[in-house]
Amino acid sequence: MLGKLTWDSVPWDNGIVMGAVSFMAAVVIILALIVTRYGKWRYLWNEWFTTIDHKKIGIMYILVGFVMMLRGFSDAIMMRSQLAIAASAPGYLPPEHYDQVFTAHGVIMIFFVAMPLVIGLINIVVPQQIGARDVAFPFMNSLSFWLFVVGMALVNMSLAIGDFARTGWLAYPPLSGIANSPGVGVDYYIWSLQIAGIGTLMTGINFFVTIMKMRCPGMTLMRMPIFTWTALCTNILIIAAFPVLTVTLALLTLDRYLGFHFFTATAGGDQMMYVNLIWIWGHPEVYILILPAFGVFSEVVPTFSRKKLFGYTSMVYATGVITILSFSVWLHHFFTMGSGANVNAFFGIATMVIAIPTGVKIFNWLFTIYRGRLQISLPIMWTLAFLSTFTIGGMTGVLLSVPGADFLLHNSLFLIAHFHNVIIGGVVFGMFAGYSYWFPKSFGFMLDEKWGKRGFWLWVIGFYLAFMPLYALGFMGMTRRLNHYDIDTGWQPLLMVAMAGAVSIFLGIVCQIIQLYVSIRDRDLNRDLTGDPWNARTLEWSTSSPPALYNFPFTPVVDGIDAFWAEKQKNPVRPKETRPYVDIHMPRNTGAGFIMSAFALFFGFAMIWHIWWLACVGVLGILFTFIHRSFETDVDYYIPAAEIEATEKLRSYNV
Amino acid sequence: MMKIAKKYLTWIIPLLFLAGCSLGVLDSKGQVGKEEGALIITATLLMLIVVIPAIVMTFVFAWKYRENNEKSTYAPDWAHSVKIESFVWGVPFLIILILAIITWRSTHQLDPYKPLDSDVEPIVIEVVALDWKWLFIYPKYGIATVNHIEMPINVPIAFKITSDAPMNSFFIPRLGGQIYAMSGMQTQLHLIANEKGTFRGLSANISGQGFSDMTFTATATSDKDFKDWVNSVRQSQLRLDKVQYNKLSNKSENHPIQYFSYVEPRLFEAVIEKYMMPGKQDADRKFIIRQD
Repeated sequence: MLGKLTWDSVPWDNGIVMGAVSFMAAVVIILALIVTRYGKWRYLWNEWFTTIDHKKIGIMYILVGFVMMLRGFSDAIMMRSQLAIAASAPGYLPPEHYDQVFTAHGVIMIFFVAMPLVIGLINIVVPQQIGARDVAFPFMNSLSFWLFVVGMALVNMSLAIGDFARTGWLAYPPLSGIANSPGVGVDYYIWSLQIAGIGTLMTGINFFVTIMKMRCPGMTLMRMPIFTWTALCTNILIIAAFPVLTVTLALLTLDRYLGFHFFTATAGGDQMMYVNLIWIWGHPEVYILILPAFGVFSEVVPTFSRKKLFGYTSMVYATGVITILSFSVWLHHFFTMGSGANVNAFFGIATMVIAIPTGVKIFNWLFTIYRGRLQISLPIMWTLAFLSTFTIGGMTGVLLSVPGADFLLHNSLFLIAHFHNVIIGGVVFGMFAGYSYWFPKSFGFMLDEKWGKRGFWLWVIGFYLAFMPLYALGFMGMTRRLNHYDIDTGWQPLLMVAMAGAVSIFLGIVCQIIQLYVSIRDRDLNRDLTGDPWNARTLEWSTSSPPALYNFPFTPVVDGIDAFWAEKQKNPVRPKETRPYVDIHMPRNTGAGFIMSAFALFFGFAMIWHIWWLACVGVLGILFTFIHRSFETDVDYYIPAAEIEATEKLRSYNV
Repeated sequence: MMKIAKKYLTWIIPLLFLAGCSLGVLDSKGQVGKEEGALIITATLLMLIVVIPAIVMTFVFAWKYRENNEKSTYAPDWAHSVKIESFVWGVPFLIILILAIITWRSTHQLDPYKPLDSDVEPIVIEVVALDWKWLFIYPKYGIATVNHIEMPINVPIAFKITSDAPMNSFFIPRLGGQIYAMSGMQTQLHLIANEKGTFRGLSANISGQGFSDMTFTATATSDKDFKDWVNSVRQSQLRLDKVQYNKLSNKSENHPIQYFSYVEPRLFEAVIEKYMMPGKQDADRKFIIRQD
């Protein structure tokens, strides 16, 4: 009846796990009680769970991303403290627990922190930047989001019920095969990524179509803001790369569930095939994350330098070149698998070629600051931290792309330092820059600068303390995923420094939470009444903060890059609106995405635990809801002109 | 200039980072590791040509063009310059071009499969990664060890590597680069030790529960000491045939060093072949042994 699920599937005797589970359960129960106490369930359902508004979906993505960052960071600080004490000692995390911790850390930080931050920002910003009222497929957008939430929920459930994979975040077979990982850990891994991945793929299609088809009149491709350009390239990469992940995981599923031999060592299976396939997805994945961060910097730098972006065309071509090249470099993740020198050299050189367009971007941002008037504020501080930090990460990346050097540094802490250097120094700093930049647009008030700056310094100092020692440890021959080590290696002092760095980052996160609290508390003192608090350049700043449901009362018409800036140059005082308002066609909210995803959660959980009847219920539920939704005819409505006029009259800049 | 800087950096970088600690991969005791280490230094220096100016420019520009510095030029619409743009595409291009040439040459020169240039005949060591220990077979001497390699200095070592466990990576950081160990197939690595010493060896790829203790020692010694060592191993009571191998390949953690005075001929090949031919291994991946 319950498949492999038994009372003993819950790790009752593991104090650390049960502590974490009780804490998470307590938070959920308290939140539920608060919502019930204030009678907000209906509000949550109507305004958030069933919303198809890209702005709200974006906010939810980012909220989930930040919450999961706390979970991923807890894993990080557990690993750092384990390694700080485990010199010729077992430490406090035995391998069977520690291996789950580092696997969960990687999976969570990439799939459930970095991805939702990036996709959330794309959701909020792209339609507004291109002068659209929503995305091309609003219902699919809601479904994408809730499928992603299901993936996240499964990863968190693995903490309480069963266990998680102990294989590292890419789950190489044969270790992830049924012979070496007989438990449910790898199955949690497979189904959470599979379900979230389908959601991501639909996001990719949605935004590709949105950007191609829904730009406002006059916005040719070469007039799009760079953030939209990077979002376009990222979504192209998603469309091309995520099916590879889906198929790879499906083949691993067949191996584990039905005794197939795609990747086993026996019966003709080929483990090297998995490593190739997973990296054919995995390498583009890192560009899926970094390109939108590049886009954020391309918006922030001109805005805060009060100057046009230097070399717009160069930027676009650099982004395109990176997009294409990202598919030609995957083998650099395993030069040590024994390919011949010609193959290794080809992929090494293809990799370092990416440094050229990336270098161009760095210099273009620098030359945008050059002869500008740089206003120092949080978004630009994150950008400056990025420019100096990412350059180091880029350099160590190119170093690793030289096969001869990689033989010594592969799987060492040097590699760990490198990819944290580019993912924290690039993606995370970029998302923080974007968060502080677009926060007033989404909520109508500014983020507190004082606490934000404290968080900034603690993060940046913490980053350098935590990861520079790892570069050195890599040179000292320390490899990744070790649970304990010999004290004679001399690694311990540097691991303690890294631990101190993690503590500093923790304090940085605390400051950011205080920043959010203080900003909400003092919101009435920090209202953005203009809709354009930074004196910015692109269309999203031409509306009020927060924008109305329909974003733009009139579809904007543009005739160049930085359309809103040009408009402001022409009319320094915003002219009174004289055009007559017309009805606006909008999609209706729907609960179908939420309900289908709820069935997907049953399905995923049932597949993990081999509860076949429940898996059938899940599939049938998804199908039935989808068919029901297809026959729904009342899916859109018109906002009457009078209502729009009334809304617009209340806009602060019109009062 | 490059030479002086290189000399300077080989000292400064380690001192800066590793004050007082062992120098690890940049202080290699073998030719292969030395060349790989030198490659790291050369590539780093080459890239610093762009990286240092970029970091300096970040701070200089941010300071010079700060909001309240009225003295600096302000050109809000200046956004294009053929000169600068050819420069920002051109300089990284040139550096990557040089690095690409270095990469092409060094990748062929340091190909782990390529035998080392030497007048001395290499010693073949067959490596089997097991859960969670390393088996080393010296086919020429008919002996085997667990978790210990003994080798004479200045003699090239040709490692043939496979796995009878999940994927591992065979790595002796002080001697040179690593290569994966995978079941059902053979990879190769050529290393040489040029100085005496005992070096740490390990698996650099997660392979499960006992992975952190899957370490071994590699001792480089004189020709005579090596021969003495071989003779001492030949005195061992332990013999390694397929029956014993089946026992050895059971999961074990923190496995002690063991010496075998006898190894069944072609055991290494048999370990690879049992994955490829039906009927050679049972459900637990053990050799099926026929009593005839």
